[in-house]
Amino acid sequence: MNKKRPRSPAAAAETDLAQPWAAKLHRVLKSAGVTHMSYVPDAGHASLIDLFAADPDVISNVLTSEQEGVAIAAGAWLGGKRSVLLLQSSGVGNCINMLSLMAIGRFPLLMLVTMRGEWAEFNPWQVPMGRATEPALNAIGVRTFRAETAEDLVEIAGSAATLAYEADQQIAVLISQRMIGRKVW
Amino acid sequence: MALDRRAAVAALLKDRGDLLIVSGLGSPTYDVHAASDSDANYYLWGAMGGAALIGLGLAQAQPQRHVLAITGDGEQLMGLGGLATIAVAKPKNLSIVVIDSGHFAETGMQRSHTGCGLDLAAVAAACGFADTAVAADMAAVESLRKKLHRPAEGPRLFVLKVAVENPPRSLPPRDAVFLKNRFRAHLGLSVS
Repeated sequence: MNKKRPRSPAAAAETDLAQPWAAKLHRVLKSAGVTHMSYVPDAGHASLIDLFAADPDVISNVLTSEQEGVAIAAGAWLGGKRSVLLLQSSGVGNCINMLSLMAIGRFPLLMLVTMRGEWAEFNPWQVPMGRATEPALNAIGVRTFRAETAEDLVEIAGSAATLAYEADQQIAVLISQRMIGRKVW
Repeated sequence: MALDRRAAVAALLKDRGDLLIVSGLGSPTYDVHAASDSDANYYLWGAMGGAALIGLGLAQAQPQRHVLAITGDGEQLMGLGGLATIAVAKPKNLSIVVIDSGHFAETGMQRSHTGCGLDLAAVAAACGFADTAVAADMAAVESLRKKLHRPAEGPRLFVLKVAVENPPRSLPPRDAVFLKNRFRAHLGLSVS
């Protein structure tokens, strides 16, 4: 058993994460100037949600439905701030019409989507929307990037943040279910 | 008794000062434009259900400014869950005004849920809004106008009960990028 050294609360928050890559992702988003985050929770985003909640410089909004976060991101941009939306693939379906605002207004949008229904999925109800996620996003004008590993994810998120906030693009990073791991239930 | 929507919105926005306004699609966008165009208005022509939440994002991004989302009953009903999100976020600088005709005015005046008795001010109060009210005469509109320029304890939602009518359209630009850049320039932000 390792002897535990005293740690700062922030360091403790990072090292105790269920998803260790979330700490790097949090730093990438912070360095991209993200000050607002909204989410419908997903187990795959749990650590990142905790890190943002503990971050005094970021405003977090819990949503009743994912399209609310799209509208919030547009409002934040009107006011000069950068907002990121965390959701799972089933929530993408809830966003579609609101995404027309981002397309027609050329509003920056960064969505981090944890995928369901594609890898070791136990719940058949997750499969149809999982299958429709990428085509639906592409159809409404959101560009998608797939992250298969933690290293991929951190690199892609940094690139996606630049494309969104600097080049006024609408971007979804799809985080593969294989990377998140098998859901224990 | 029901308000004339154009007169009520014009009275509400009289001496609006530095209010930032987001208007919901359809008649509320025309009402706000008819009251007077401003660089500080962001008019929606779509994104139904999003007006109050765009207001929330804006209010959180600009905590020193007061944000007013003016929308219709149908638009707010589509974003009913957003009232819960706004109540939990507790912005002190966001007010929502619902211009409530009880009907979907754009699509042929079909009765809406408020026309069937649903009380949006009561919904907002139950969600935890700091202040809610229903105005059905011009004196009540004037008292809401004064409230908008006083500090609030949290989010507010006010309902204006208006007559079922379709006044001539007053059309702002439909170019969402132009409106975005105009709005951001008004706030001194880059418009790249």
